[in-house]
Amino acid sequence: MGSELLIKNGWVIDPANGIDKKCDVLIADGRIAEVGSVKKTVQTVIDAAGKLVTPGLIDIHVHFREPGDEEEETIASGSMAAVAAGFTSVVCMPNTNPVIENETDIEYVHRKARQTRKTHVYTMGAITKGQQGVELAEMGFMAEAGAVGFTDDGRGVQDPAVMLRALKYAAMFNVFIAQHCQDDAIAGNGVMNSGYYSTILGLPGLDPLAEEAMLWRDIQLVKKTRVRYHAQHISTKGAVELIRQAKKDSLPITCEVTPHHLLLTEECCAEYDTNYKVNPPLRSAKDVEALKQAIADGLVDTLATDHAPHLQSERELEFLTAPFGIASLECALALYIKALIEPGVLDWSGLIRLMTEKPAMIIGVDKGTLGIGKQADVTIINPNVEYKIDVSTFRSKSRNCPYHGWKVKGKVEKTIVGGEIRFEV
Amino acid sequence: MAVVKKSKEFKWHRKHLLGLRELSAEEITYILDTARGFEQVSTRSVKKAPPLRGRVVVNLFFEDSTRTRNSFSLAANRLSADIIEFTKKDSSVSKGETLLDTAKNLEAMGIDIVVIRHSAGGAPRFLSRNINACVVNAGDGFNEHPTQGLLDVYTIRKIKGTLEGLKIAIVGDIAHSRVARSDMWAMTKLGAEVIFVGPPTLMPTEVGRLPVKVSYSLDDVIEKVDVINMLRIQFERLGGNPFPSIREYSHYFGLTVERMKRAKSDILVMHPGPINRGLEMESEVANGRNSVILEQVTNGLAVRMAVLFLVNQAAAQSE
Repeated sequence: MGSELLIKNGWVIDPANGIDKKCDVLIADGRIAEVGSVKKTVQTVIDAAGKLVTPGLIDIHVHFREPGDEEEETIASGSMAAVAAGFTSVVCMPNTNPVIENETDIEYVHRKARQTRKTHVYTMGAITKGQQGVELAEMGFMAEAGAVGFTDDGRGVQDPAVMLRALKYAAMFNVFIAQHCQDDAIAGNGVMNSGYYSTILGLPGLDPLAEEAMLWRDIQLVKKTRVRYHAQHISTKGAVELIRQAKKDSLPITCEVTPHHLLLTEECCAEYDTNYKVNPPLRSAKDVEALKQAIADGLVDTLATDHAPHLQSERELEFLTAPFGIASLECALALYIKALIEPGVLDWSGLIRLMTEKPAMIIGVDKGTLGIGKQADVTIINPNVEYKIDVSTFRSKSRNCPYHGWKVKGKVEKTIVGGEIRFEV
Repeated sequence: MAVVKKSKEFKWHRKHLLGLRELSAEEITYILDTARGFEQVSTRSVKKAPPLRGRVVVNLFFEDSTRTRNSFSLAANRLSADIIEFTKKDSSVSKGETLLDTAKNLEAMGIDIVVIRHSAGGAPRFLSRNINACVVNAGDGFNEHPTQGLLDVYTIRKIKGTLEGLKIAIVGDIAHSRVARSDMWAMTKLGAEVIFVGPPTLMPTEVGRLPVKVSYSLDDVIEKVDVINMLRIQFERLGGNPFPSIREYSHYFGLTVERMKRAKSDILVMHPGPINRGLEMESEVANGRNSVILEQVTNGLAVRMAVLFLVNQAAAQSE
């Protein structure tokens, strides 16, 4: 190609290489060529004065609904939303219809992503066939086809023997197993956090114990197998304490936290607004505090949106009937800034690390840094611009987002994927 | 025409009755006073009053109900409204029309008041946000059953004069009871002390944060209370196996003739109906001199007339 792109005068944050300073980034042939004071003159120059220049952001938990629910989201629409939000890599969950459970399914997702050419789209495969929690899916073939991990997300693997088998089997391919921690027997038919609000609203509650019991069980299984395990969207104080102990015990366990579990509480459900129906449910203020403390303490490995698009008609239902899920990919960065930077839980470098270097390590891809020779995935952020979130501008096909009208700070200005500008304001 | 006694300068402004949690003591009292005015309509030779003439009320019932639906129908009839009965047992979206579609369709026919019963807590509130008609909650999941709560306090007030200072036990499956919740809000707002009685497996989560006392022993409270409201064990709502057997449940929480001997002589025995005779209450007690179960049904009619009258009036004023 021979094309060159110079990003000048930005504040470069590259936690993996310990860079947090004003300098330039030179991209050549789709790769990072130089980071520092670049003297060279090139044809395309981006003036990034006053902006942050970071490795491309990574979200390892999105639902793009394809195949099966293309009216809610497609890999194309989701990818456009992703680059507009600064994400150069995303990981799709396999709970589509049909479930992503063999190498053909994996290749289908990759083909759709290639046709779109927006962001890098990775996918996880199912742990069990049809996510039924009974028989193992073809993890080997899927890993060879490029699955970056395995999960039955949307539900947890209930049977401890099946989970143990999955972990043992995964050891053969050096892949990780991710879990949506929820013991269905305890969870019952719950639709919101079990507590004072579920009681006065007369809605069936989801007990925090449902999450904690399964996480505790899995930690015992990981102790035995030592296979890499990732706890998806942890949401309770109890789960934080379990992770804290597991890390102290040096187990190969990572975890993620969503923006909604950092910004919203169960009280938001008080008017039965289905935009707040999500699983794991919005918890109490004390859980939110515990999650923030966990992030401050370095216990949380990545931030992930669990972007879960749904049709408007599915939101216009009784709270009991409406599907779970919040679509927040497109405003994610602003939400993390509000939840973590503004109250001083993290500095910029800390936030970017959780959105770049760390998630890349979890999924085992050579990304998330601005190291010389790395594929040039770069996000340019204006950290100071203030605006109101307007869901009507979303590129996502869905609008089930409770943050409409929120005043926020910080916006993605340009997203560069493989050296190409794939999004700019 | 019923004479509505004005309590001070109070003005009713709600065009929906969704629950008692959000009502003030003054609002509740106002409904009860209005109901008192309507009580005599049912005892005259011409059992009809004109305030809802030309108005259309729809009974939108997604759950089985006989007495509540009939009571609302009769209340609307007595106020001269036209009534549409809409009963549909399965309200799940996968089976076709959504709740909102159904309501919008009815609204397109020009209805004024929707009386809704639904298995999902919050369904009436959801509807009230999305349609123009008045919405009256006739029971939603295990959230609230406001007209039952109102008729319960109406019945108590009528006999005891006031709720102030009364001790009231509500016994049974509190966790899954919308009646317990509406009763709790109405009774405590009017100054009574409420005790929830039942096994811990049938108590709602964080019950300690509700404005009630909790007891796991009916024997401990039976001597102290002025009113006892025995909830129906709703087998269709009980998940799992919250108590080992009916026999054991009745042993600890059944209102028996034996237990009644230890109660205050003027205790009021209430039940929202229909009774599982011999389970939560022995027949002799249900039919006994302390029982006001049939008065509750009679009073329910006056209370529902008052509610329909008031929401319609509020809607007319905002037009």
